[in-house]
Amino acid sequence: MSVEQLVSRYREILEDSPLNQAAEWKANHPGSKVVGCYPVYTPVEIIHAAGMLPIGIVGGGNRLEIAHADSRFQSFVCSIVKSTLELGLIGNINFLDGIVFHSICDPARNLASVFKRNFPKMQVEYIHFPQNMTSPHTAAYLAAEYQKLKASYEHLAGRAITDEDLGKSIRLYNEQRKLLRELYRIRRETPHNLSTLETYVLTRIGTLIPPEEHIAVLKEATAAASQRNEKPKDRIRVVLEGSFCEQPPLELVEGLEAAGCYILDDDFLLGWRFFEQDIPSNGDPILNLARAYISQSAYSGVKHDTREPKSKHLIDKVRETGASAVVILAAKFCEPALFDYALYRRALEKEGIPHLYLEFEEKMWIFDKARTEVETFVESMLFD
Amino acid sequence: MAKTAESVKTSYQGQIHLLQKELMGNYFNQLTRCAEQGEGKAAYMLISGNPVELMLAFDLIPVYPEINALQLAVKKVALPFILKAEEIGYSMDNCAYVKADIGMFLGDRKTPFATIPLPSLILCNYVGCNVYLQWFEHLAEYCDGTLYNLDIPFMRDPSGRPSPEDVTYVVRQLEEIIEICERITGKKLDYAKLKRIVALSGETGELWAKIKALTKHTPSPFDCYFDSVTMMAPLYCLRGTEGGLRFFEAALKEMEEKVQMGMGPLPEERFRFVIEGPPPWPYLRTFRDMFAKWGAVAVASTYSTVGGLWEFGFKHDSNHPLESIASHMLEWNLTNRNFLQRYEQIRRYCEEWSADALVIHSVKSCRLFSAGQGDMREYFTKELGIPTLLVESDIEDPRYFSEAQMKNRIDAFFESLEHKKLMRGASAAGGNT
Repeated sequence: MSVEQLVSRYREILEDSPLNQAAEWKANHPGSKVVGCYPVYTPVEIIHAAGMLPIGIVGGGNRLEIAHADSRFQSFVCSIVKSTLELGLIGNINFLDGIVFHSICDPARNLASVFKRNFPKMQVEYIHFPQNMTSPHTAAYLAAEYQKLKASYEHLAGRAITDEDLGKSIRLYNEQRKLLRELYRIRRETPHNLSTLETYVLTRIGTLIPPEEHIAVLKEATAAASQRNEKPKDRIRVVLEGSFCEQPPLELVEGLEAAGCYILDDDFLLGWRFFEQDIPSNGDPILNLARAYISQSAYSGVKHDTREPKSKHLIDKVRETGASAVVILAAKFCEPALFDYALYRRALEKEGIPHLYLEFEEKMWIFDKARTEVETFVESMLFD
Repeated sequence: MAKTAESVKTSYQGQIHLLQKELMGNYFNQLTRCAEQGEGKAAYMLISGNPVELMLAFDLIPVYPEINALQLAVKKVALPFILKAEEIGYSMDNCAYVKADIGMFLGDRKTPFATIPLPSLILCNYVGCNVYLQWFEHLAEYCDGTLYNLDIPFMRDPSGRPSPEDVTYVVRQLEEIIEICERITGKKLDYAKLKRIVALSGETGELWAKIKALTKHTPSPFDCYFDSVTMMAPLYCLRGTEGGLRFFEAALKEMEEKVQMGMGPLPEERFRFVIEGPPPWPYLRTFRDMFAKWGAVAVASTYSTVGGLWEFGFKHDSNHPLESIASHMLEWNLTNRNFLQRYEQIRRYCEEWSADALVIHSVKSCRLFSAGQGDMREYFTKELGIPTLLVESDIEDPRYFSEAQMKNRIDAFFESLEHKKLMRGASAAGGNT
C-alpha cells in the first residue's frame, strides 16, 4: 500500500473509534487479555511478555462528550484525565483487563485511585518512576518496581513470565521503536515527503494493534515514503514540544503544517518512542529495562533529570535537526508542560531561537485561532 | 430555626498564639541574618515529609519556599509576585505558590517577614507533589545552589505501606545527602547529635498527636483547621529543636486545660465538621468567620497532616534515625499517600471525631490535593451518607476567592444541616417529621 492508503485507512480508525479496534482484536482472540497504558511511558514489554496486548489509552479525542467525569474532576484539570474517566464511566473500556498509571503528575496519580474505586473489576496498576537520576541505587529500586509489576501481570495473565519471554518482547519492541525512529528520520530529513500528520497516524496506530502488525505497517510505510519525491514548499522548519501526554486532535496536527511550517521533530506519543537506542536483550531483562529508563530515555516534562537542564535538550534538538524555530504546543492545564515553558522560553530567548506558544485541548473543534497564530508566526519568520 | 449572629469575629486568644509569634519571629530573623549577614548556610526543602533532622544535624538553616509563599499570601503581598512570574512565562494555570515564591526569589528576596537567603542546598524532597520537582528545578536554574532530588516512592501498594526496597532506596539516598552536607558544611556528620534531634522530633510528634486527639472532646478545645495552622508552623520550622518541643508542651497543657473547662474556640459549638484541603491563605480570616457564624468547628483536617501524620501511631525513633526519617517521608504524611487512603483518613475522622459533615475546600493551585475531589464528594455523600460541601478558591492567588459566592454556599449548607438537625431532634422527641 502507498503511504496515502495506509494513512487514510488508519486515520479513519483513529477518528472514528480507536478503542473499538482493540476491543475487536480481543473479541477475535478468545482468551486474550488487554491492558491499557496511560501516558507517558509504560514498560510494555512486561505486559507483552505475559502474552497480553498493551494498548495506549490516550484520552477520548474530540468526539467524546464529557458528561459524567466533569463532576468528579474540576474545571482546572486537563482534558485527558476527564476523558479517560469518562471512557470508563460510559463503559467504553470495559474490555480492558487492566490499566496502568504512572507518577507523571498529580491529577494522573489521583485518577489511578479514582479508577480503583469506580472500576473494581479492572486491575489498576501504578508505577512510581524514579526522579533521582544520579543515585547509583536508583536502578535497583526501579528493577524492584518492575519485578512487582511483573508478578502482578503474571497473576493477571495466569502464567509465568520467563526471561526468555521478556527477551523476545524487548527485541520486538526494539524493532518497532527502530522503525519509528526511521519514520521520524524520513520526516526530519525530507519533511516534504512525509507530513507530520502521516507520521503521527502511523505512530498512533501502533498503540492499538499488536507490535508484530505495527512492524509490518511501518516497514511498508517507510519503504513507500522513501520512494516519494515531492517538491519542498516554502515553509519554515520547526521543532514541536509540549505534547508528550494529552494528544492534539488530528485536524490540529494537520493544520499546524498547512499553516506554513514543516515540523522536523515532535514529542507526540513520546513514551512509545522512548529510547534512542535499543534496550539490550541479553542479561537480566528487568534490570535492562530499568537501566534504559534511567540512562537512555527521552527527556520530558515528567522526568526531572538533574544531570542536565531540560532546555539544553530542546536547544540541542533544534540545532541537530536544523530547525529555525520552536512551536510549544502544550495541553491546557498540563502543569508539567506549562512549567517547562517558563524554562524553555528563557533558554530559547537566550539562544535567539524564535518560538510560538500555543495551548490545545484534545476535545477542541475549532482550529482557526491556532492556525492564524501559526500563519502570523510563519510570516514574521519568512518576511523578517 | 435559630437565628445566628450575622458576624462572629474570631480570634485566637491563647498563650500559644503569642508564643508561636515569638518563635516564628526568631526563625524568620535567623533567615534574615543568614541572607544579610551571611550567618550560616540555607537548605531549601519542601514541607511534606522532610528530613529536617538531617539538616539540623549539620546546622543548616531549613528554608521552606511553601512557607514563604503562604506568608506572602497571608500578608496580602503575593499578587505582584505572581504577576511578575506570569510575565516571564509562568501560566495562569500553574501553582500560585510556585509563582509567588519565584516572583519573590527573582527580586531582592525581601518580604515583610524576612529576607530569604539564597540556598547552598536545594533539597527537593519529592513527597507526593510533582510540582515540587518543577519548583526546585526552576529555583536551581535561577541560582547556584546544589540540587538533589530525594525521590520518595509513592504509596501505591494495596497494603498502603512502603516495600522494603522503597525503604532501602530512601535510606541510601539519605546517606548520599549526608555526603553532600558534609561537602557543603565541611563538617562530618555527628551521629549522636542526629540521634538527639530525631529524639526531639519523636517527642514533638507525640505531643502533637495528643493535642490532635483532644478535638474528639465536645466541645472541641480548638479548631483543628484554623488553629492547627498556628501550631503547624512550629511543627515544621522548629521540629527537632528544644524550642519546638517546649512549644508543644505548652500547647498540650493549654489545650488540656481548655478541655477541663469545657472551653472551645467559639462561644458555642453547634456543628462539628471535618475539612479537607488547604486553606485560602489570602482570605483566611474571612473564610474562618463564615464557619464561626454558624458555630461550626473543624474537629479534624487533612491539611494538618501534610507535613506528617503522627496521630495514628507514628513516632520518630532515635535508635534508627535514618530509617525513621525514611518512614516519615514514605508513609507517615498525607501527601505521599494515595487518594483512597485519604478517603479512609477522612472517614475515620468523621467517625472517631464525631463529625456532622465534611467540607472540601478545593484549590486550583494544588492539584495533588484537589484533582478528583468531585469523586471524593460522591463517595462521602452517596456511599457513606455524610453531608458534604465542596467549595472552590485558591491557597495563594487572591483572584480566585469569590467572597459572596463562598458565603452563599456555606450558609446554604449549614442552613440545611440545621434543618436536618431540628427534624431529627423533633423526631427523637416523638414529634411528626
